Amino acid sequence: MDSPYEGLADEHADTEDRWAFGTGFAEARPGVDAALPAGVDGADLALYCRMLGDDALVMAQRLIQWCTAAPELEEEVALANIALDLIGQARPLLARAGRADGTGRDEDALAYHRDASEFRNVRLVEAPNGDFARSTARLLVFATWRLAVFTRLAGSADPVLAAVAEKGAKELAYHRDYAVQWTLRLGDGTRHSHERMTEGVAAVWPLLGELFAPHAVETRLAAAGVAVDPADTREETVGVLARVLEAATLDRPDEVPPPAPGGRDGVHSGELAPLLAELQAVAREHPEATW
Amino acid sequence: MVTGADAAERRARAVAGSVPDPELPMLTLADLGVLRGVEVTADGTVRVSLTPTYSGCPALAEMGADVRRRLAEAGYGRVEVRTVLSPAWSSDWITERGRRALADHGVSPPGPAPARAPGPVPLVLGPTRPAVRCPRCGSADTEELSRFGATSCRALWRCRACREPFEHFKEI
Repeated sequence: MDSPYEGLADEHADTEDRWAFGTGFAEARPGVDAALPAGVDGADLALYCRMLGDDALVMAQRLIQWCTAAPELEEEVALANIALDLIGQARPLLARAGRADGTGRDEDALAYHRDASEFRNVRLVEAPNGDFARSTARLLVFATWRLAVFTRLAGSADPVLAAVAEKGAKELAYHRDYAVQWTLRLGDGTRHSHERMTEGVAAVWPLLGELFAPHAVETRLAAAGVAVDPADTREETVGVLARVLEAATLDRPDEVPPPAPGGRDGVHSGELAPLLAELQAVAREHPEATW
Repeated sequence: MVTGADAAERRARAVAGSVPDPELPMLTLADLGVLRGVEVTADGTVRVSLTPTYSGCPALAEMGADVRRRLAEAGYGRVEVRTVLSPAWSSDWITERGRRALADHGVSPPGPAPARAPGPVPLVLGPTRPAVRCPRCGSADTEELSRFGATSCRALWRCRACREPFEHFKEI
Protein backbone atom coordinates (compact mmCIF):
# COMPACT_ATOMS: atom_id res chain seq x y z
CA MET A 1 0.00 0.00 0.00
CA ASP A 2 1.47 3.33 -1.03
CA SER A 3 -0.11 5.50 1.61
CA PRO A 4 -1.47 4.64 5.04
CA TYR A 5 -4.42 6.89 4.24
CA GLU A 6 -5.51 4.67 1.38
CA GLY A 7 -6.15 1.88 3.84
CA LEU A 8 -8.34 4.14 5.88
CA ALA A 9 -10.17 5.28 2.79
CA ASP A 10 -10.87 1.68 1.73
CA GLU A 11 -11.98 0.65 5.16
CA HIS A 12 -14.35 3.58 5.42
CA ALA A 13 -15.25 3.94 1.77
CA ASP A 14 -18.90 4.43 2.62
CA THR A 15 -18.21 7.10 5.21
CA GLU A 16 -15.43 8.97 3.48
CA ASP A 17 -16.88 12.34 4.37
CA ARG A 18 -16.27 11.61 8.06
CA TRP A 19 -12.56 11.87 7.56
CA ALA A 20 -10.48 14.96 7.65
CA PHE A 21 -8.74 14.00 4.42
CA GLY A 22 -12.05 13.58 2.65
CA THR A 23 -13.30 16.36 0.45
CA GLY A 24 -16.55 18.11 0.03
CA PHE A 25 -17.07 19.55 3.48
CA ALA A 26 -19.44 22.41 2.95
CA GLU A 27 -19.46 24.15 6.27
CA ALA A 28 -22.18 26.75 6.33
CA ARG A 29 -20.72 30.08 7.31
CA PRO A 30 -22.45 31.42 10.39
CA GLY A 31 -24.60 34.14 8.89
CA VAL A 32 -21.69 36.14 7.50
CA ASP A 33 -23.91 37.42 4.72
CA ALA A 34 -26.33 39.03 7.16
CA ALA A 35 -27.39 42.52 6.09
CA LEU A 36 -25.12 45.39 7.13
CA PRO A 37 -26.44 47.55 9.95
CA ALA A 38 -28.19 50.67 8.64
CA GLY A 39 -25.88 53.53 7.76
CA VAL A 40 -22.69 51.45 8.00
CA ASP A 41 -20.17 51.62 5.18
CA GLY A 42 -19.30 48.15 3.88
CA ALA A 43 -15.66 49.05 3.28
CA ASP A 44 -15.30 50.28 6.88
CA LEU A 45 -16.92 47.18 8.30
CA ALA A 46 -14.73 44.94 6.15
CA LEU A 47 -11.58 46.68 7.31
CA TYR A 48 -12.60 46.40 10.96
CA CYS A 49 -13.34 42.68 10.53
CA ARG A 50 -9.90 42.29 8.99
CA MET A 51 -8.24 44.07 11.92
CA LEU A 52 -9.81 41.72 14.46
CA GLY A 53 -9.49 38.68 12.20
CA ASP A 54 -5.85 39.36 11.35
CA ASP A 55 -4.97 39.87 15.04
CA ALA A 56 -6.31 36.38 15.75
CA LEU A 57 -4.81 34.71 12.69
CA VAL A 58 -1.29 36.08 13.15
CA MET A 59 -1.34 35.45 16.91
CA ALA A 60 -2.43 31.86 16.23
CA GLN A 61 0.45 31.37 13.83
CA ARG A 62 2.94 32.58 16.46
CA LEU A 63 1.41 30.25 19.06
CA ILE A 64 1.62 27.14 16.91
CA GLN A 65 5.31 27.84 16.31
CA TRP A 66 5.70 26.53 19.86
CA CYS A 67 4.65 23.05 18.72
CA THR A 68 7.70 20.78 19.14
CA ALA A 69 9.53 23.63 20.90
CA ALA A 70 7.71 24.25 24.22
CA PRO A 71 9.25 23.28 27.58
CA GLU A 72 6.65 20.55 28.08
CA LEU A 73 4.23 18.66 25.88
CA GLU A 74 1.30 19.96 27.95
CA GLU A 75 2.20 23.55 27.04
CA GLU A 76 2.38 22.72 23.35
CA VAL A 77 -1.11 21.25 23.60
CA ALA A 78 -2.29 24.32 25.52
CA LEU A 79 -0.84 26.83 23.08
CA ALA A 80 -2.14 24.90 20.07
CA ASN A 81 -5.61 24.81 21.65
CA ILE A 82 -5.50 28.56 22.22
CA ALA A 83 -4.39 29.03 18.61
CA LEU A 84 -7.28 26.86 17.43
CA ASP A 85 -9.79 29.04 19.29
CA LEU A 86 -8.26 32.13 17.69
CA ILE A 87 -8.40 30.61 14.19
CA GLY A 88 -12.04 29.83 14.92
CA GLN A 89 -12.57 33.50 15.76
CA ALA A 90 -10.69 34.66 12.65
CA ARG A 91 -12.67 32.58 10.15
CA PRO A 92 -16.11 34.23 10.38
CA LEU A 93 -14.44 37.66 10.70
CA LEU A 94 -12.51 37.21 7.46
CA ALA A 95 -15.52 35.68 5.73
CA ARG A 96 -17.61 38.66 6.84
CA ALA A 97 -14.91 41.03 5.55
CA GLY A 98 -15.05 39.40 2.10
CA ARG A 99 -18.83 39.87 1.98
CA ALA A 100 -18.92 43.38 3.41
CA ASP A 101 -16.38 44.79 0.96
CA GLY A 102 -18.29 43.39 -1.99
CA THR A 103 -15.35 41.38 -3.38
CA GLY A 104 -16.84 38.05 -2.40
CA ARG A 105 -13.43 36.77 -1.28
CA ASP A 106 -13.75 33.86 1.13
CA GLU A 107 -11.79 33.35 4.34
CA ASP A 108 -9.07 31.33 2.58
CA ALA A 109 -8.57 33.98 -0.09
CA LEU A 110 -8.05 36.57 2.63
CA ALA A 111 -5.84 34.40 4.85
CA TYR A 112 -3.62 32.96 2.14
CA HIS A 113 -3.58 35.44 -0.71
CA ARG A 114 -2.84 38.80 0.87
CA ASP A 115 0.65 40.19 1.38
CA ALA A 116 1.96 41.74 4.58
CA SER A 117 0.99 45.32 3.70
CA GLU A 118 -2.64 44.19 3.34
CA PHE A 119 -2.74 42.76 6.86
CA ARG A 120 -4.18 45.06 9.54
CA ASN A 121 -3.09 43.27 12.71
CA VAL A 122 -1.41 45.14 15.55
CA ARG A 123 2.35 44.71 15.79
CA LEU A 124 2.05 43.00 19.16
CA VAL A 125 0.99 39.73 17.50
CA GLU A 126 3.67 39.62 14.80
CA ALA A 127 6.58 40.23 17.20
CA PRO A 128 8.83 37.17 17.52
CA ASN A 129 8.07 34.59 20.20
CA GLY A 130 11.34 34.94 22.06
CA ASP A 131 11.60 32.56 25.00
CA PHE A 132 8.64 31.03 26.83
CA ALA A 133 8.53 33.92 29.33
CA ARG A 134 8.31 36.51 26.57
CA SER A 135 5.61 34.52 24.77
CA THR A 136 3.74 34.30 28.08
CA ALA A 137 3.97 38.07 28.54
CA ARG A 138 2.65 38.64 25.02
CA LEU A 139 -0.21 36.18 25.50
CA LEU A 140 -1.10 37.84 28.80
CA VAL A 141 -1.28 41.27 27.14
CA PHE A 142 -3.09 40.00 24.06
CA ALA A 143 -5.73 37.94 25.89
CA THR A 144 -6.35 40.70 28.45
CA TRP A 145 -6.79 43.35 25.76
CA ARG A 146 -8.85 41.22 23.36
CA LEU A 147 -11.10 40.08 26.21
CA ALA A 148 -11.72 43.75 27.08
CA VAL A 149 -12.57 44.43 23.41
CA PHE A 150 -14.80 41.38 22.99
CA THR A 151 -16.87 41.83 26.16
CA ARG A 152 -17.77 45.28 24.77
CA LEU A 153 -18.16 44.09 21.18
CA ALA A 154 -20.78 41.53 22.23
CA GLY A 155 -23.22 44.45 22.17
CA SER A 156 -22.31 45.45 18.60
CA ALA A 157 -25.03 46.51 16.18
CA ASP A 158 -23.47 44.13 13.66
CA PRO A 159 -24.87 40.63 14.27
CA VAL A 160 -21.73 38.80 13.11
CA LEU A 161 -19.36 40.87 15.25
CA ALA A 162 -21.70 40.49 18.24
CA ALA A 163 -21.92 36.71 17.86
CA VAL A 164 -18.17 36.20 17.33
CA ALA A 165 -17.43 38.40 20.35
CA GLU A 166 -19.98 36.78 22.66
CA LYS A 167 -18.54 33.35 21.95
CA GLY A 168 -14.90 34.44 21.78
CA ALA A 169 -15.05 36.23 25.14
CA LYS A 170 -15.56 32.91 26.96
CA GLU A 171 -12.49 31.47 25.25
CA LEU A 172 -10.36 34.56 25.85
CA ALA A 173 -11.20 34.49 29.56
CA TYR A 174 -9.72 30.99 29.66
CA HIS A 175 -6.65 32.09 27.66
CA ARG A 176 -6.07 35.00 30.02
CA ASP A 177 -6.36 32.68 32.97
CA TYR A 178 -3.71 30.38 31.48
CA ALA A 179 -1.32 33.29 30.86
CA VAL A 180 -1.94 34.69 34.36
CA GLN A 181 -1.07 31.38 35.99
CA TRP A 182 2.21 31.13 34.07
CA THR A 183 3.09 34.77 34.76
CA LEU A 184 2.61 34.18 38.49
CA ARG A 185 4.60 30.96 38.39
CA LEU A 186 7.54 32.41 36.49
CA GLY A 187 7.52 35.88 38.07
CA ASP A 188 7.20 34.62 41.62
CA GLY A 189 9.41 31.60 40.94
CA THR A 190 13.17 31.22 40.96
CA ARG A 191 15.57 34.11 40.56
CA HIS A 192 16.24 32.96 37.01
CA SER A 193 12.57 32.63 36.02
CA HIS A 194 11.89 36.03 37.61
CA GLU A 195 14.63 37.61 35.48
CA ARG A 196 13.36 36.01 32.29
CA MET A 197 9.77 37.06 33.00
CA THR A 198 10.94 40.61 33.73
CA GLU A 199 12.75 40.67 30.37
CA GLY A 200 9.69 39.25 28.64
CA VAL A 201 7.40 41.96 29.98
CA ALA A 202 9.95 44.64 29.09
CA ALA A 203 10.17 43.33 25.52
CA VAL A 204 6.41 43.36 25.00
CA TRP A 205 5.57 46.62 26.80
CA PRO A 206 6.64 49.02 23.98
CA LEU A 207 3.97 47.42 21.77
CA LEU A 208 1.16 48.34 24.17
CA GLY A 209 0.48 51.88 22.91
CA GLU A 210 -0.89 50.74 19.56
CA LEU A 211 -3.56 48.64 21.25
CA PHE A 212 -5.41 51.68 22.54
CA ALA A 213 -4.98 54.04 19.57
CA PRO A 214 -8.21 54.29 17.57
CA HIS A 215 -7.96 54.05 13.82
CA ALA A 216 -10.30 56.36 11.86
CA VAL A 217 -12.38 53.31 10.85
CA GLU A 218 -12.75 52.25 14.50
CA THR A 219 -13.82 55.75 15.48
CA ARG A 220 -16.46 55.92 12.75
CA LEU A 221 -17.81 52.45 13.48
CA ALA A 222 -17.76 53.01 17.25
CA ALA A 223 -19.96 56.08 16.73
CA ALA A 224 -22.41 53.83 14.86
CA GLY A 225 -22.44 51.30 17.71
CA VAL A 226 -20.69 48.67 15.58
CA ALA A 227 -17.08 48.74 16.80
CA VAL A 228 -15.31 49.23 20.11
CA ASP A 229 -13.17 52.34 20.52
CA PRO A 230 -9.93 50.73 21.70
CA ALA A 231 -9.18 53.74 23.88
CA ASP A 232 -12.10 52.58 26.06
CA THR A 233 -10.26 49.34 26.82
CA ARG A 234 -7.12 51.02 28.13
CA GLU A 235 -8.10 51.39 31.77
CA GLU A 236 -9.30 47.81 32.11
CA THR A 237 -6.34 46.32 30.24
CA VAL A 238 -3.64 48.28 32.04
CA GLY A 239 -5.41 47.76 35.37
CA VAL A 240 -5.55 43.99 34.97
CA LEU A 241 -1.92 43.84 33.82
CA ALA A 242 -0.82 45.92 36.82
CA ARG A 243 -2.56 43.58 39.25
CA VAL A 244 -1.09 40.47 37.64
CA LEU A 245 2.43 41.91 37.55
CA GLU A 246 2.22 42.98 41.17
CA ALA A 247 1.02 39.55 42.28
CA ALA A 248 3.86 38.02 40.26
CA THR A 249 6.36 40.29 42.08
CA LEU A 250 7.28 41.90 38.76
CA ASP A 251 7.99 45.59 38.33
CA ARG A 252 5.57 47.30 36.06
CA PRO A 253 7.26 49.23 33.27
CA ASP A 254 6.52 52.92 33.74
CA GLU A 255 4.37 54.39 31.05
CA VAL A 256 2.31 52.98 28.24
CA PRO A 257 4.27 54.33 25.27
CA PRO A 258 2.56 56.57 22.71
CA PRO A 259 1.39 54.73 19.63
CA ALA A 260 3.49 54.87 16.49
CA PRO A 261 1.91 54.36 13.05
CA GLY A 262 1.67 50.65 12.69
CA GLY A 263 -0.21 47.52 11.89
CA ARG A 264 -3.68 49.02 11.70
CA ASP A 265 -2.46 51.02 8.68
CA GLY A 266 -0.68 48.04 7.14
CA VAL A 267 2.73 49.30 8.29
CA HIS A 268 4.45 46.26 9.75
CA SER A 269 7.78 45.18 11.15
CA GLY A 270 10.02 42.93 9.09
CA GLU A 271 8.77 39.99 11.15
CA LEU A 272 5.39 39.66 9.46
CA ALA A 273 6.43 38.72 5.92
CA PRO A 274 8.40 35.58 6.92
CA LEU A 275 5.54 34.53 9.23
CA LEU A 276 3.07 34.86 6.36
CA ALA A 277 5.40 33.01 3.99
CA GLU A 278 5.22 30.04 6.33
CA LEU A 279 1.46 30.36 6.81
CA GLN A 280 0.69 30.76 3.11
CA ALA A 281 3.25 28.53 1.38
CA VAL A 282 1.10 25.44 0.84
CA ALA A 283 -2.00 27.33 -0.27
CA ARG A 284 -0.02 29.42 -2.75
CA GLU A 285 1.85 26.43 -4.13
CA HIS A 286 -1.39 24.51 -4.66
CA PRO A 287 -4.05 27.12 -5.33
CA GLU A 288 -6.40 24.46 -6.71
CA ALA A 289 -6.29 22.37 -3.51
CA THR A 290 -9.38 21.88 -1.38
CA TRP A 291 -9.64 20.72 2.21
CA MET B 1 -53.73 17.62 16.85
CA VAL B 2 -50.51 16.41 15.40
CA THR B 3 -50.16 17.34 11.76
CA GLY B 4 -48.05 15.49 9.25
CA ALA B 5 -45.56 18.33 9.20
CA ASP B 6 -45.17 18.25 13.01
CA ALA B 7 -44.54 14.52 12.89
CA ALA B 8 -41.97 14.92 10.10
CA GLU B 9 -40.20 17.59 12.14
CA ARG B 10 -40.19 15.49 15.30
CA ARG B 11 -38.81 12.55 13.39
CA ALA B 12 -36.13 14.68 11.71
CA ARG B 13 -35.18 16.12 15.10
CA ALA B 14 -34.86 12.63 16.56
CA VAL B 15 -32.65 11.50 13.65
CA ALA B 16 -30.37 14.57 13.80
CA GLY B 17 -30.26 14.51 17.60
CA SER B 18 -29.18 10.86 17.71
CA VAL B 19 -26.04 11.45 15.61
CA PRO B 20 -23.01 10.71 17.82
CA ASP B 21 -20.39 13.38 18.45
CA PRO B 22 -17.35 12.50 16.28
CA GLU B 23 -14.85 13.00 19.11
CA LEU B 24 -16.95 11.90 22.09
CA PRO B 25 -19.07 9.13 20.58
CA MET B 26 -20.70 8.31 23.91
CA LEU B 27 -22.61 11.59 23.47
CA THR B 28 -25.22 12.38 20.85
CA LEU B 29 -25.41 15.87 19.39
CA ALA B 30 -28.59 16.36 21.42
CA ASP B 31 -26.78 15.30 24.62
CA LEU B 32 -23.97 17.74 23.89
CA GLY B 33 -26.42 20.58 23.38
CA VAL B 34 -25.04 21.62 20.00
CA LEU B 35 -28.22 20.85 18.06
CA ARG B 36 -29.96 24.22 18.20
CA GLY B 37 -32.89 23.71 15.87
CA VAL B 38 -34.53 21.40 13.36
CA GLU B 39 -37.33 22.56 11.11
CA VAL B 40 -38.97 21.15 8.03
CA THR B 41 -39.94 23.82 5.51
CA ALA B 42 -43.05 23.77 3.33
CA ASP B 43 -41.12 22.19 0.45
CA GLY B 44 -39.83 19.39 2.68
CA THR B 45 -36.30 20.73 3.23
CA VAL B 46 -34.89 19.89 6.65
CA ARG B 47 -33.05 22.88 8.09
CA VAL B 48 -30.68 21.96 10.93
CA SER B 49 -28.87 24.51 13.09
CA LEU B 50 -25.68 23.47 14.87
CA THR B 51 -23.50 25.52 17.20
CA PRO B 52 -19.81 24.82 17.87
CA THR B 53 -18.66 24.11 21.41
CA TYR B 54 -15.54 26.24 20.78
CA SER B 55 -14.98 28.68 17.90
CA GLY B 56 -12.28 26.49 16.39
CA CYS B 57 -13.86 23.11 17.05
CA PRO B 58 -12.71 21.03 14.06
CA ALA B 59 -15.45 18.46 14.62
CA LEU B 60 -18.17 20.84 13.46
CA ALA B 61 -17.69 20.04 9.77
CA GLU B 62 -17.91 16.32 10.52
CA MET B 63 -21.02 16.82 12.62
CA GLY B 64 -22.69 18.58 9.71
CA ALA B 65 -21.67 15.83 7.27
CA ASP B 66 -22.93 13.13 9.67
CA VAL B 67 -26.27 14.90 10.13
CA ARG B 68 -26.69 15.19 6.37
CA ARG B 69 -25.92 11.53 5.82
CA ARG B 70 -28.20 10.25 8.60
CA LEU B 71 -31.09 12.39 7.43
CA ALA B 72 -30.56 11.24 3.83
CA GLU B 73 -30.61 7.63 5.03
CA ALA B 74 -33.85 8.38 6.86
CA GLY B 75 -35.39 9.54 3.58
CA TYR B 76 -34.99 13.29 3.77
CA GLY B 77 -33.89 14.40 0.33
CA ARG B 78 -33.07 18.06 0.97
CA VAL B 79 -31.06 18.97 4.04
CA GLU B 80 -29.49 22.31 4.96
CA VAL B 81 -27.07 22.51 7.87
CA ARG B 82 -26.36 25.96 9.27
CA THR B 83 -23.91 27.11 11.90
CA VAL B 84 -25.17 29.51 14.54
CA LEU B 85 -22.82 31.21 17.02
CA SER B 86 -25.31 33.03 19.23
CA PRO B 87 -26.30 32.29 21.91
CA ALA B 88 -22.82 30.93 22.61
CA TRP B 89 -22.69 27.27 23.62
CA SER B 90 -22.28 26.50 27.31
CA SER B 91 -21.29 23.25 28.99
CA ASP B 92 -24.45 23.79 31.06
CA TRP B 93 -26.36 22.65 27.96
CA ILE B 94 -25.06 19.07 28.24
CA THR B 95 -28.03 16.94 29.23
CA GLU B 96 -28.24 14.79 32.37
CA ARG B 97 -28.08 11.72 30.15
CA GLY B 98 -24.97 13.16 28.51
CA ARG B 99 -23.33 13.78 31.89
CA ARG B 100 -23.96 10.20 32.94
CA ALA B 101 -22.57 8.93 29.62
CA LEU B 102 -19.40 10.99 30.09
CA ALA B 103 -18.87 9.68 33.63
CA ASP B 104 -19.58 6.09 32.51
CA HIS B 105 -16.78 6.46 29.96
CA GLY B 106 -14.24 7.87 32.38
CA VAL B 107 -14.65 11.58 31.55
CA SER B 108 -15.60 13.71 34.52
CA PRO B 109 -18.61 15.87 33.57
CA PRO B 110 -18.44 19.67 33.86
CA GLY B 111 -19.59 21.55 36.93
CA PRO B 112 -21.64 24.72 36.55
CA ALA B 113 -20.21 27.17 34.00
CA PRO B 114 -18.84 30.41 35.46
CA ALA B 115 -21.58 33.00 35.78
CA ARG B 116 -21.06 35.84 33.33
CA ALA B 117 -22.53 39.19 34.21
CA PRO B 118 -22.34 41.85 31.50
CA GLY B 119 -19.19 43.95 31.70
CA PRO B 120 -15.55 43.12 32.37
CA VAL B 121 -14.66 39.54 33.28
CA PRO B 122 -13.25 39.66 36.83
CA LEU B 123 -9.59 38.74 37.20
CA VAL B 124 -8.95 35.79 39.49
CA LEU B 125 -5.37 35.45 40.72
CA GLY B 126 -5.83 32.45 42.98
CA PRO B 127 -6.62 28.89 41.91
CA THR B 128 -9.77 28.79 39.80
CA ARG B 129 -10.03 25.07 39.64
CA PRO B 130 -13.41 23.47 40.02
CA ALA B 131 -13.98 20.67 42.51
CA VAL B 132 -13.66 17.57 40.36
CA ARG B 133 -14.35 14.00 41.40
CA CYS B 134 -12.48 11.07 39.93
CA PRO B 135 -14.86 9.33 37.49
CA ARG B 136 -13.28 5.95 38.35
CA CYS B 137 -13.17 5.84 42.13
CA GLY B 138 -15.24 8.88 43.08
CA SER B 139 -12.53 10.48 45.20
CA ALA B 140 -12.48 14.26 45.48
CA ASP B 141 -8.70 14.17 46.01
CA THR B 142 -7.83 15.15 42.46
CA GLU B 143 -5.46 17.57 40.77
CA GLU B 144 -5.26 19.32 37.44
CA LEU B 145 -2.33 18.25 35.26
CA SER B 146 -3.04 20.52 32.33
CA ARG B 147 -5.72 23.08 31.62
CA PHE B 148 -5.91 21.87 28.02
CA GLY B 149 -6.33 18.37 26.64
CA ALA B 150 -6.80 16.32 23.50
CA THR B 151 -9.71 18.46 22.35
CA SER B 152 -10.75 22.04 23.11
CA CYS B 153 -13.45 20.90 25.49
CA ARG B 154 -11.35 18.73 27.83
CA ALA B 155 -8.62 19.20 30.45
CA LEU B 156 -6.24 16.61 31.88
CA TRP B 157 -6.57 15.59 35.55
CA ARG B 158 -5.19 12.96 37.92
CA CYS B 159 -6.71 11.20 40.90
CA ARG B 160 -4.43 11.16 43.95
CA ALA B 161 -6.44 8.32 45.53
CA CYS B 162 -6.49 5.72 42.74
CA ARG B 163 -3.53 7.30 40.90
CA GLU B 164 -5.32 7.17 37.55
CA PRO B 165 -5.25 10.08 35.10
CA PHE B 166 -8.58 11.10 33.60
CA GLU B 167 -10.13 13.77 31.44
CA HIS B 168 -12.40 16.49 32.73
CA PHE B 169 -14.93 18.31 30.57
CA LYS B 170 -14.18 22.02 30.92
CA GLU B 171 -16.75 24.45 32.28
CA ILE B 172 -17.47 27.21 29.79
